[in-house]
Formats: sequence, C-alpha cells, structure tokens
Amino acid sequence: MASRRRKKRKVFSPVYLTLVLIILYLPILMVVIYSFNSGRTIGAWQGFTTNWYTRLFNNALMADALKNSLILAGLSAGFAGVIGTLGAIGLAHGHIRGGNVIESLATLPMMIPELVLGMAYLAVFTAVGFKLGMTALVLTHTTFCVPYVFINVKSRLVGMDPAIEEAARDLGASPMRVLRDITLPLIMPAVVSGMMLAVAMSIDDVVISFFVTSAETTTLPLKVYTGLRSGGTPEINALSTLMLGAIFIVVGLSQLLRARSDKKLYASK
Amino acid sequence: MDEAMSEVLLSLKHISKNFGEGDVLSDVSLDVRKGEFVTLLGASGCGKTTTLRIVSGLETPDTGEVILNGKDMTDLPPESRPVNTVFQSYALFPHMNVEKNVAYGLKVRKMDKAAQAARVKEMLELVQMSEYAKRMPAQLSGGQRQRIAIARALAPQPQLLLLDEPLGALDLQLRRQMQVELKRLQQALGITFIYITHDQEEAINMSDRIAVMKDGKFEQLGTPEEIYDRPKTRYVAQFIGRSTILEGRVRCVSGSTAVIENENGLFTADSTEASLRAGETCEVCVRTERMRASKTPVEGFNIPATVREARYAGGSVLTYVNLKDGTEVVAEGVERMCDAAQPGDTVYMHWNPAQAAVIGGASHGA
Amino acid sequence: MAHNRTLEKADARRNMLFVLPMTLFAVVLVALPLIYVLGTSLVESGQDFSLGATFTLNNYKSLLRADYLQVFFNSLKLAFFTTVLSFIIGYPFGYCMARASRGWKALLMMLVIIPFWTSALVRIYGWKILLQANGPINAVLRSLGLIEKNIKFLGSYGSVLLAMVYCMISFMILPCHSAVDKMDFTLVEAARDLGSKPWKAFIDVTLPLTMPGILAGCVLVFVPSVGIFYLADIMGGGLVLVGNLIRDQLLKVRDWNTGSAMSMVLILITAGIYLVYRKSGGDDLGVF
Repeated sequence: MASRRRKKRKVFSPVYLTLVLIILYLPILMVVIYSFNSGRTIGAWQGFTTNWYTRLFNNALMADALKNSLILAGLSAGFAGVIGTLGAIGLAHGHIRGGNVIESLATLPMMIPELVLGMAYLAVFTAVGFKLGMTALVLTHTTFCVPYVFINVKSRLVGMDPAIEEAARDLGASPMRVLRDITLPLIMPAVVSGMMLAVAMSIDDVVISFFVTSAETTTLPLKVYTGLRSGGTPEINALSTLMLGAIFIVVGLSQLLRARSDKKLYASK
Repeated sequence: MDEAMSEVLLSLKHISKNFGEGDVLSDVSLDVRKGEFVTLLGASGCGKTTTLRIVSGLETPDTGEVILNGKDMTDLPPESRPVNTVFQSYALFPHMNVEKNVAYGLKVRKMDKAAQAARVKEMLELVQMSEYAKRMPAQLSGGQRQRIAIARALAPQPQLLLLDEPLGALDLQLRRQMQVELKRLQQALGITFIYITHDQEEAINMSDRIAVMKDGKFEQLGTPEEIYDRPKTRYVAQFIGRSTILEGRVRCVSGSTAVIENENGLFTADSTEASLRAGETCEVCVRTERMRASKTPVEGFNIPATVREARYAGGSVLTYVNLKDGTEVVAEGVERMCDAAQPGDTVYMHWNPAQAAVIGGASHGA
Repeated sequence: MAHNRTLEKADARRNMLFVLPMTLFAVVLVALPLIYVLGTSLVESGQDFSLGATFTLNNYKSLLRADYLQVFFNSLKLAFFTTVLSFIIGYPFGYCMARASRGWKALLMMLVIIPFWTSALVRIYGWKILLQANGPINAVLRSLGLIEKNIKFLGSYGSVLLAMVYCMISFMILPCHSAVDKMDFTLVEAARDLGSKPWKAFIDVTLPLTMPGILAGCVLVFVPSVGIFYLADIMGGGLVLVGNLIRDQLLKVRDWNTGSAMSMVLILITAGIYLVYRKSGGDDLGVF
C-alpha cells in the first residue's frame, strides 16, 4: 500500500506541474505562432508567412516606437540602478533617521494600482506645466523601477555578514575603499538582476506610459495596446513576439547570472 | 612577577561602553605585554567581543582610553591601527581567491607587487595552505578557511592580533589540533595575541594570562594557574573546572590554618591569603580532582558522607556522595573500581588545604 | 549581534548622501503626486487643487450612487474569485515545486518567473487568440466532435476570470512555494508517526505552517486585482470595473475631482487590506 501511495504522488506531481506550465505558456505560444499566420486577421490559421515581420521592420513608426522603448528602458533602468543601489547601501543598516519612511515611500509604487499612479502623474505634470513626452516617461519609469533594484540590493546587503566589510577596514581599507573593493563587487549580481527586472518592467509598461506620453512619443507596448483595442492584427502579433523575445532574454540572463554568482560565492564545495 | 620587566604593548584604561540597554562594559582596564597571549574568557554577552572590537577600532568606547605603544588610539578608525582581527565567522572575502584575500591588507597599504607576492607565499606556507592559493573561499573547509583568516590577519605584520572565538565553528578534534598550532604560531612569531573564547579548557591550555569576564567587568585577571587554583570569586570557581564550594563559619584561626564548620561538619582551610578571622563566614572551593573520600576520618577534617554511587571515568573513579544536608559532592582519587567505596558506605571527605581556595571571606566583600 | 555598530554611525553622513537621490524621487514623484490626487479629490468639482480652491467632501458623496457602488462591488467580487481560484490552483503547484528535486526546482522557478515578467497585455492577447470564435480551442472541440457550433467564450465572465487568474497566479505560486520550501518536513513525518493520516497531517501541520505564505499570496493577488483596468476591456463583455470607471472619469467625462476621489477610495481599499494583513502578523511583502 505504501508503495502504491508513493507511486500515486510521484505521478500526480509531475503531471500537475506540467499541466499548469502548459496552460501558463500556451497563450504566449499562440501569440508567437499567429505572428506567422498569413491571414489578414488573427482568426483562423491560413498558412505560414514572415511577411508581418518584414512589414514591421519597414514601418518607420514602428522603428520609432522600438527606439523609444529601448532608450526609455535603458535610461530608466540605468537611473534606477544608481538610485536604488545607493539608497539600499544607505538604508541597509538602518541608522538614518526617517529611513523607514523613505523606504516605504520609495517602494510604494509597487503597491498602489498603476492606474492611480498614472493619473496622479498626469495631474501633477499638467498642473505644474511639465511637458509630457520622453522626459516625463523616463522620470516616471525610473520611479517605478527603483523599488526593484532597491529591494533586490538591500536584501543582498542585509544577508551579508557585516564582518566582511569590517574585516576590510581592519586590514587597512578606508570606507570608500571598502565600498569599491568589497561591497560593490558583492552586491553587483543583485544590482544587475534588479536592473534587468527594471528593463523588463519598463519595456512592458502600458498604463503609466499611456498617461504621461505625448502624441508624438510612442512606445512598443502602447502600440500593442492600441492595436489590441481595435481587435488585433498579425502585425501586433509580430510586435508582441519581438517584445516577448526581448523579455525572455533579459529575464533569463538575469536569472542565470544570479544562479551563477550564488553558486560561486555561497555554495560550499 | 616580570610585569615591570617586559614592555606594555596595549593598555585599556577605564573603558566603558553602553549601547543604550545598560552597560556592556563598565570601567575595564587591562595591560597587555609584548608577546603575551591574553585570553578574555566568559559566557556570551559578557562584553568580551565588545572589548576586542574597541581594541580593533570597530567600536569606540564611551569613556576611557586605548593606548598602543604609548600612543592614544581611542579615536583612530580601524584602518589606521596596527592591529588585525581574526573574525569568528572568518569573514573571508567571498569574491576573492585565497591569495587575494591574504594580499588584501598589503594591497591597501600599497606594498609593491613583488613584495606582496613574497609575503603572501610566506604566510600561506606558515599556515600550510600553499597549494590552495587559487581556491575560492567557498571551496574550502571550515578549518582551511580558519587558516586563511589567520594568514590574512598576520600578513600586514600587526603588532597585535585579535582573535574572536576563532575555533568556535570547528569540531572538537580539529579544535584541539588548531589550539596547539595557534599557540606554536604565536610563540614562533612572537606576536601579541588577545584571544576570545567561552571554552575554559582552551583558555587554560593556550594563555599566558586569562581575564574572566562577567557582566562587562573583569572578575579575575591572572595566569591560568591562578585562575584555576585561586579563583577569587564564586563565579570564576564555577565557570572554570569542576569543583565543590563549601560555605562555613570560621571557628578559630591558628597561624595560617583556619578551622571552619558548617552543618555538614568541620574542615581546615589555609588562611594565609584570605586572612580569615574567627566568627566570619567564608566559602571554600575544592576542585573535584582534589576532593578525596576515605573510609576513615583524616586529621583536621570531619565531613561524613554517604556514598551514592562510584563510577569508573577512565584513569580514575568518581565517587558520588551526599553530605549530611543532602548536598551532592563528587570526589576523585581512587584509581581502580575494586578500591572504590560501595553505595551506602559512610566515607569522610578531605583534601589538601593548600590546594583549596578560600573565595569569600568577609574581608573580601565578595 | 544587534548592537549599534559605531562604524556605521560614523558612516551615517555618507549614507545620508547616498539616500538623497532616492529620497528626492520618493518625495517628488511618489508623495507629491499622491498628495495632489488627495487634494484634487477634496476640492469643488472643476477646480484644481490650489490655495484658492474650495474644500468639499461632495466628490466622495457623489460616489454613493447605486451604479458606482455596483462597479466597486464588481471589482471586489472579481478580485475575490481571482484570489480563491489562484489559491486552489497555485498552492498545489507551489507545493509540488517545493518538493521537487533541487535541479528541477531551479528550472521550475525559472519557468514560473519568466511569464511573471512578460507583458500581461501580450499574455491576455494569447488567450484572446485561443478563445476566439474561430480560434484553436473551438477548432479542437469541433474536431473532437464535442460541439457543433463554435462557442462564444470571449466576453463571458468566465473568460475574464480566466485571464485574471492567469495574470495573477505567479503572485500566489511564489510565496506559497517559498513557505513550503522553508517548512521542516520532519514535522509532517512526526505527525504521521503519531498516527495521523496523510490528509489529516496536511491539514494539521502543513497548512497552518505555510499559512504566512498563503496570506502573502492572497494579498499579492487581491490587491492588484482590484485595480486592474485594461483586462476586461480586451476580453470584451462590457464588465465595468473600478479601473474602467476611473479612466472614463478622467478621459471621457473629464471630471478629475470625482476620478481622484475614486482613486483615493481604491488606494484606501488597498491600504486597508495591507494594514489588516500586517496587523494580523503578515510578513513584509517584497519582490521575490
């Protein structure tokens, strides 16, 4: 009986995991497959073509949206990387008065609905006469990217043996030298993976971008959104596939990097 | 004592430290001589680590001074002190290999590359880790990390090496082996060590002097023999070794001998140091291995007891007895089981008064 | 050691400098906009939030309309069902994942995290393709002879719920997984050893011990579910949620004051749930 029970569990677990994973990936796969559908609408399958990709690449507006998205993601992840990392180092050991308040405020964008944040930005920017467009996009994206870097880096710092930094000072390194030689190299994997998540968040963002962008500045997800609201076309599929590819690469790389550095630094033997 | 002869390297003067929840250290003073091996011994939370961190500069005292080689270092940051630490967690830099770890203290001091390499090689040879130079810390065992931590701390040639429970994470066998090696290293290099442990055996085996700490104060500072044979307080007596503490009232004193009595009987103590007076109460500490149980009373002692059990403990027999008031006492001495007393026998406890310590005369105020 | 470390205190000045940019962002781009929304919600309709504006609670009172309340109720109901379904599907997944071997665990983790970070928009679009009238699911059902006419999935409550669960389930799987992963399974063995049946041991030991993870997962699913706005749009069916309502107030009706009041209510619901969760001993919620 015991062996039958064990067998039952052995079968259930992989079957269930596989089933859920299939459901998780099936829609994503559909988007990719239908980007090669030769039909004009997304409806029934009508044969293979790479036509939509060619059209996409020849579309100047698309090229512009792509350029905007990349610049936006690069800049916001970059700024968020610097701001979040510095903030995490500053707040890691909790000696700053009001540190908790700063931390809660800075990570608040993760908790409140994007819609509310988006409308708040639109309201304030309009009220103070701040021009909507790329600058506004970069500022707002940086704001909602900071928490991802901050939390990642801070948890790494908190998990670090404080004696490691102390040992460096004990051996004669000045505080700045400790930061350069010890702290930064040790948190770098967390910084990079946090920044990659930031890239993923920025490249995907619809809601906040929707509110703070100007008519002449558009991004890939905004293109997808407008395309979808009008029903969806294979061209939108092609665009989505490219976005998916980019995210897969970014997230995959960040996970790989994290696993590798963890293995190198913390696994014994 | 040779205190006056050898030079004082480090002196802590009236150090106090408070982290906001009561004093961690209160008015601690200590002189450490060049080449000396001083151990701070105490239970966790007694302030020994804080004392060490104040010496290294990782902590600053609220009041008091840290003087090294005659210079006041109290306000110097750790990087400016010729003192290095071996941390309890080893604190090896996980992103640097063994070689780079050991070289770090030399690199930040801008020693030239060739000299650095030579010194690293020398250090790794010293701790017998030469073949591990390129390994990462994660690839080393606990004992190996320990050696690298020591090599790294010794590389910059500190005047004083601080060791914070360096053997705490090792298993017993490795611990014993490292005790011997560390002591040998210290003697060979002639470097002054301040060593922290909560293991009394380790402290006694390795130290020139031991400071027993409790609640942020030194209970007693002395050589291992003094600490073991002449504990000054009940805490020291109980913390180190196994012993029986007997309380009593001094009945009379003649010369250096005091006769003390309590509800269990009557015994003799050496009054030379304690200068006991008739009528006062005192405590006498007798080490288990010096406590004897014989079948007939011995002169100067009359403490009858009932044997509960006798147990062979390898090399000697431990006799567990109950005194009149029920107090349990263990005596050592008989070497073979066949010589041991039987359960139920009446025996008489005694010891050599010169080997017992009077810890609490009224004149000591303890 | 929980001591203050003197060195760190000495570094406080440097740390202050480091925290400065983040503080600036937190104040200017998080606190101020939210305060502005709060202000706008508290002044007379048609006025901007400024010194001369007239204070009023009318914007909040105007929310007490049957149709508006219905919308809030719709959102809460959808969020509730989403949370329950996510738990039913996500907990066993997190459990199986935690009990898998080390190598598999890392792979599974990666497989769960990747969709988590990909655009929800694109993933919902995938469902739209699957579920459309002449799409793959109908095609499969037809070829199996199970149906004769294409079923109209899109626009139904079920299709919206499906998409919601699909978007949110990672938030449930990850905390449940880490709770099961951290649990000491010798406790279950002890319960079994004491004569407990497997199912009973699960109810008595595993479930209570993994409760913090479950609660965290529920909050992480429920909170964003209340505020989601484009999902029901794309799946069709005309289900009006708080998100749609707010968007329409802003962009169609152009009544910023009422829109702000709605946003504040949404924030209050979110904050309320979070507070109750923390008060009842919930863990801090970070990213994973």
